[in-house]
Amino acid sequence: MSKKVSRRKFLTYMLGGTAGFLGAGMLFPMVRFAVDPVLKKGGGVGFVDVNLPVNQIKDKPIAVEFKVHRKDGWYEPAEGETLTAWVMRQNGKVVALSPVCKHLGCTVNWDSNPQFKNEFFCPCHFGRYYKDGTNVPGTPPSKPLDKYQIKEENGKLLIGPVIKA
Amino acid sequence: MMLRAIYDWVDERLDLTPIWRDVADHEVPEHVNPAHHFSAFIYCFGGLTFFVVVIQILSGMFLALYYVPDIVNAHASVNYLQNELAMGAIVRGMHHWGASVAIVMLFLHTLRVFFTGSYKNPREFNWIVGLLIFAVMIGLGFTGYLLPWDNKAYFATKVGVEIAASVPFIGKYIAIFLQGGDIVGAVTLERFFALHVFFLPAALFMLLGVHFILIRRQGISGPL
Ligand code: HEM
Ligand code: FES
Repeated sequence: MSKKVSRRKFLTYMLGGTAGFLGAGMLFPMVRFAVDPVLKKGGGVGFVDVNLPVNQIKDKPIAVEFKVHRKDGWYEPAEGETLTAWVMRQNGKVVALSPVCKHLGCTVNWDSNPQFKNEFFCPCHFGRYYKDGTNVPGTPPSKPLDKYQIKEENGKLLIGPVIKA
Repeated sequence: MMLRAIYDWVDERLDLTPIWRDVADHEVPEHVNPAHHFSAFIYCFGGLTFFVVVIQILSGMFLALYYVPDIVNAHASVNYLQNELAMGAIVRGMHHWGASVAIVMLFLHTLRVFFTGSYKNPREFNWIVGLLIFAVMIGLGFTGYLLPWDNKAYFATKVGVEIAASVPFIGKYIAIFLQGGDIVGAVTLERFFALHVFFLPAALFMLLGVHFILIRRQGISGPL
C-alpha cells in the first residue's frame, strides 16, 4: 500500500476538518454556556444571629426561621432567603437540625402526623426520625437528619452552615 | 371544486402525490387489523401514543402563549390561564391529563412490542430507538411537572434531582447541571422550561422520524 494520500482523500480530509472546526466553533460556546453552573464555585454561608436567647431553648424542638444571603440566578433578594432549623436541647446540649429529609430532599416537620407523635415526619414517602434526628429504621431515610453548625454569642444562638456528613 | 383546484395547482409544481402515496398507501396486514381479530387492538397503541403526542405538542404550544417561566410569575400565569381565560381549564386539562395518557400508551405499546417479540432481528435498532423515545418522553414529563411551580411541582423535582444525584461519582454534577445551581430555583425553572419546549421536543421529532422510517422499511412484524 502506498503511503501517498490521494488528491480525493486529501480533499475529503480537508472538508471534514473544516466542517469539524466550524461545528466545534459553533458548539463550544453553547455547551460551555450550558454547563457553567457545574463549574462555578458556590459561595459559603456565614453564621447568622437568629435572635433566640439560648436559655429559652427547651427539650421540645421549635422551628427557627432565619435569613441567609443567597443568589439564585438573577434573584438576589436584599432581605435574604428564609431557611428553617429545628432547635432543641438534647441532654442539655443545644442542637439545630436541618429540615431536609435524608431520603430524597423533601421537608420534615416535628410532630405533624398524629400517627407518629414526637417524631419528625416527612410527607413525601413517610420518612420518620426520632427527636435526636436519628432515622426510624424501616422508613425510607437511611441517614439521620443533618445538623447545622451552631455558636453561642452573648447568650444568643447563631446558626451556620449545615455540617456535611 | 375550489380546494381541488388549489391542490392541483400546488401538485403540478411540487409533485406531492407520490410523496403522500409513499407515506399513506400501504397494506395493513390482517393480523394487525382489529376489524378482523378484535385482539389486534394491541397494535393500535403505537399510533395512539403518536396521537396523544400530537395533542401534547398542540396544547403545549397554546399554553406557551400565556405561561411565564419565572419563579415569581409562573404560578400566577398558570392560575390566570386556567381560571380567567375561556377554555383555559380545558386546554391545560388536555396537556395535564394527556401527559399521563401519553406515557401510559407508550408503556402499553412497549409491552405489545415486547410480548409479540417484535424487538427481534431485524428490528433491534427500532427497539433501541423506541427506548430512547421512552427516555425523552419521561424527560418531557419530568421537566413539564415543575412548570406550574406549586408545592407538588417543587418537591417532585427535588426528589427527582436527588434520585439523579444518587448516580455513583457523577451524580452530584448531574444534579447541579439539572438545577443550574445549588438549589431548585429560578435557574432550574428556566432550564426545565427550555428543555421541555425546545430541546426535548426537537429530540423527540428526530427519534420519531427514524422510528417511522424504520417501520416503513421493515414492515410490521408477522403474526405470532
Ligand atoms: C410530548 C410530550 C409532552 C409531555 C409528556 C408534557 C408534559 C407536561 C406536564 C406533565 C406538564 C405539567 C402540567 C400540569 O401539571 O398541569 C406540562 C406543562 C407545560 N408544557 Fe408540556 N409536555 C409535552 C410537550 C410539550 C410541548 C411540545 C410544549 C410546547 C411547545 C409544552 C409546553 C408546556 C407548557 C407551557 C407547560 C406549563 C403550563 C402548565 O403547567 O399547565 N409541552 N407538560
Ligand atoms: S423525601 Fe422524605 S421520605 Fe422520601
